[in-house]
Amino acid sequence: MAWNLDNDRPIYAQLVDRIKMQIVSGQYPPGGRLPSVRELAAVAAVNPNTMQKAFAELERGGLIVTQRTNGRTVTLDEEMIRSVRESLAEAHVDRFLREMKELGFGKAEAEALLKRRYEEEKE
Amino acid sequence: MSELVEIAGLSKSYDARNLAVNNISLTLPRGKIVGLLGPNGSGKTTLIKMLNGLLKPDSGTIRINGKAVGAETKAKVAYLPDRPCLPGGQKISRILDYFCDFYADFSREKAMELLHNLNIDPDARLKTLSKGNREKVQLILVMSRRADLYVLDEPIAGVDPAARDYILRTIINNYNPEATVIISTHLIGDIEQVLDEVIFMRYGHLVLYTSVDHVREEHGKSVDAYFREVFAC
Repeated sequence: MAWNLDNDRPIYAQLVDRIKMQIVSGQYPPGGRLPSVRELAAVAAVNPNTMQKAFAELERGGLIVTQRTNGRTVTLDEEMIRSVRESLAEAHVDRFLREMKELGFGKAEAEALLKRRYEEEKE
Repeated sequence: MSELVEIAGLSKSYDARNLAVNNISLTLPRGKIVGLLGPNGSGKTTLIKMLNGLLKPDSGTIRINGKAVGAETKAKVAYLPDRPCLPGGQKISRILDYFCDFYADFSREKAMELLHNLNIDPDARLKTLSKGNREKVQLILVMSRRADLYVLDEPIAGVDPAARDYILRTIINNYNPEATVIISTHLIGDIEQVLDEVIFMRYGHLVLYTSVDHVREEHGKSVDAYFREVFAC
């Protein structure tokens, strides 16, 4: 399945987020091998150069590591993976807060709603 | 090494009043997938035919691998025309023979493998295939060459979305990384995510040559949306 991409952001940035998500969610575990640029580009149906750019960005951040003999792997630094997980979550929360504000929700009201939905989901 | 494609001051007209291609200068690097975009009649096919040596420019020059267009460049340019060009009455295997004869860089094994993946019988006659499969066969033949420049004129026009995905994957998987692929289309949204760069043409002019991510960063919208804005009627 081709990856669904948004229209308003650079493609490589969306690939970066997508791969981060796959690492954080454990689809690619710490130290696990990643597919090659070409393989993943074909899966996502994106340009290999764009995928390369996304990988380079992730390498710069240290989340993925290039092994001379073994292709690319996810970092073994679980602390780093946790912090990436946190920052992805923060971005979601920020978006939530922004949109709630637009809808005219104050802190108390938003908190109450969030809590209620959590309860409802549990049932 | 020189740039892959160097175009300077290129013009071509079919009659006295209109220039189909109007004074285009452009340099294309290796290893890119480039969208050649523009409304109907903007000169895309004319430009492509000059790259292939099927049309002669009125003025200006094209150099591919530093050489003027001719037999040497044709051996390194793989061209997918915008209309069917293969003899429908022939068996596919026979057409493979032709390609082996014509193009030193053609890989019969690769073509057979791609046909096999699609469950297309090489002993079938081309005209017995569906329209979508005929288009795929044509693309397979072109992508089975190990060319420096692939020029695909409207490779996704008139095929269903699944076939379109197949075609895009075939292009991604089979071009060699030192080669450049030019894809002309007006269905931008469909191919945007496989492109590195885009060329916008209008009335024979080069309007814009830039990278896809640059458009998205600069304008906060897809190339498709930006195109609609630039070319709004």
